Amino acid sequence: MKAKAATLKGLKILYLALHMIVMAFPLYWIVVTSLKPKREIFKLPITYWPSTFTLDNFNRIFTVSKFQVYIMNSLFVSIVSAICVIFISILCAYVMARFTFRGHKQIMLAFFLTQMLPGFISLAPLYLMMSKMGLTNTRLSLIILYTTMSIAFSTIMLRGFFQRIPSSLEEAAMIDGCSRISSLFRIIIPVMLPGIASTFIFAFVQNWNELFMAVMFIDTNSLKTLPVGMNSFVLKFDIDWGSMSAGTVISVIPTIIMFAFAQRYIVEGLTQGAEKG
Amino acid sequence: MKQRTFIWLSLFPAFLLLGVFTFYPFLRGVLMAFQHYELFDQRNIDFVGLDNFVTAFKDSKFLTALENSVYWVFFSLIFQFAIGLALALMLKKQYRGRGVYQGFVFYSWALSGFLIGLIWKWLFNSQYGVINDLLLKIGLIDDRIGFLSDPHWAMFSVIVANVWYGIAFFAIMLLAALQSVPAELYEAADIDGANAFRKFFNVTLPYIMPTIIATTLLRVIWIFNDPTLIYGMTNGGPAGSTHVLSSLLMERLLAGNYGMASAIGVIMLAILMLYTVFYLFVTKSEKVGDF
Repeated sequence: MKAKAATLKGLKILYLALHMIVMAFPLYWIVVTSLKPKREIFKLPITYWPSTFTLDNFNRIFTVSKFQVYIMNSLFVSIVSAICVIFISILCAYVMARFTFRGHKQIMLAFFLTQMLPGFISLAPLYLMMSKMGLTNTRLSLIILYTTMSIAFSTIMLRGFFQRIPSSLEEAAMIDGCSRISSLFRIIIPVMLPGIASTFIFAFVQNWNELFMAVMFIDTNSLKTLPVGMNSFVLKFDIDWGSMSAGTVISVIPTIIMFAFAQRYIVEGLTQGAEKG
Repeated sequence: MKQRTFIWLSLFPAFLLLGVFTFYPFLRGVLMAFQHYELFDQRNIDFVGLDNFVTAFKDSKFLTALENSVYWVFFSLIFQFAIGLALALMLKKQYRGRGVYQGFVFYSWALSGFLIGLIWKWLFNSQYGVINDLLLKIGLIDDRIGFLSDPHWAMFSVIVANVWYGIAFFAIMLLAALQSVPAELYEAADIDGANAFRKFFNVTLPYIMPTIIATTLLRVIWIFNDPTLIYGMTNGGPAGSTHVLSSLLMERLLAGNYGMASAIGVIMLAILMLYTVFYLFVTKSEKVGDF
């Protein structure tokens, strides 16, 4: 019996080790490729550790294809829309968590429904709307759309966090003479900061990664976000895998760092939102 | 301020944005499916009834995409779920270094499908790809395989990449569910003399069932709707052999054929609605809609 348990444990560790290698390897390979000189990338046999390290690939994407411009655009669009989302969703989530009123159930249902709609049906009409409003080829169009895209999910997530805070907290503040709004902002929101931070990060990462809206709405090179930049990159330098890898490495760094910080809270938020519906 | 006023003022910005930029364009898109609508031919826009749908079902590319969508969703989901559940079960107990380990195996969740597609395109490269190299080294194959250029292999390859991408989502959600199972339930099962097998099927599984139903339902919708991985990896090629409905829709959309793109979207919506109703009926679950 004991031997069997030990074998089982050994198998488990072996599996976990293998799994980790399979998950980590693609990222390792992209990093290694990005640091190889071009002639080594396209040389057989393949080297698993670069014989010479170089930053040429990174140099190239910053000089030839203006990656710094894409990074700034992506940061700007992603941060501004994530901030807008937080403001709009906090109010929604608070109201949905604390009050029941006529239409409450239907509104919640509508929020869930937006998560299920295949968003691509809307892309063509959105393009026509934006061009009528003169907003195509502007960062504002992306900010509006990214904000809209995240509202429902952020509300669901934030509502889960609100529900965990006892309403006696703001009731006490209101007895002491605080208005509802000031008790919300001065008492509740500070308690909820981890939840708000993870919702912000979730929205940010979604915006940072979004490709198709950005491809449809942005043409001018100086307005492109990172995914659009990478996309034109693929079309332009068909198989320049050195530049591609360097671009990928740069694009994934912020999301990985943010997820490392927020992983725990995001999971909490997701499961809270799911359980309490 | 009156409570009612506060409630509706708080909801107003969200309503405004969702109404104008989600629900309106969605309905307009459904309408567009019944129109001849080409971006570069805006003078000839008119209602054509079911023409777009008829054209779609006569198009071999569409039929391939429809068939591929079934494989794409089915195999991606089965493997993502099975591996994700196994991983969650193994990670359930607290041990040193679990946080770091989770970081390593869950990071793929934070990346975009497009980048995952590019990364796997490079891994699967027929000439300089590391997967071919490794398979040659361990003697599993004698010649390099054109994973993405050979139509026989292409669909298999994109599914492998998608499985890799989606394991983390299931592992995260199922792990959270597993950790919420009350310890008393296991203690009671111990007293009844249940073995590990019984404990899994009689305690764990029923308890996490709502999470399983919600995550698989959501995931099917997501896998079915999202074309970004395929776009980054093969863009539907070679010769349309890896198109699924969503990537075909995207191709038509970027080509400016809005009527056809919308028709594909409406067909996708119909399939999803049928699937959701069927799934909720089979699993007898009304709570999932709450997710």
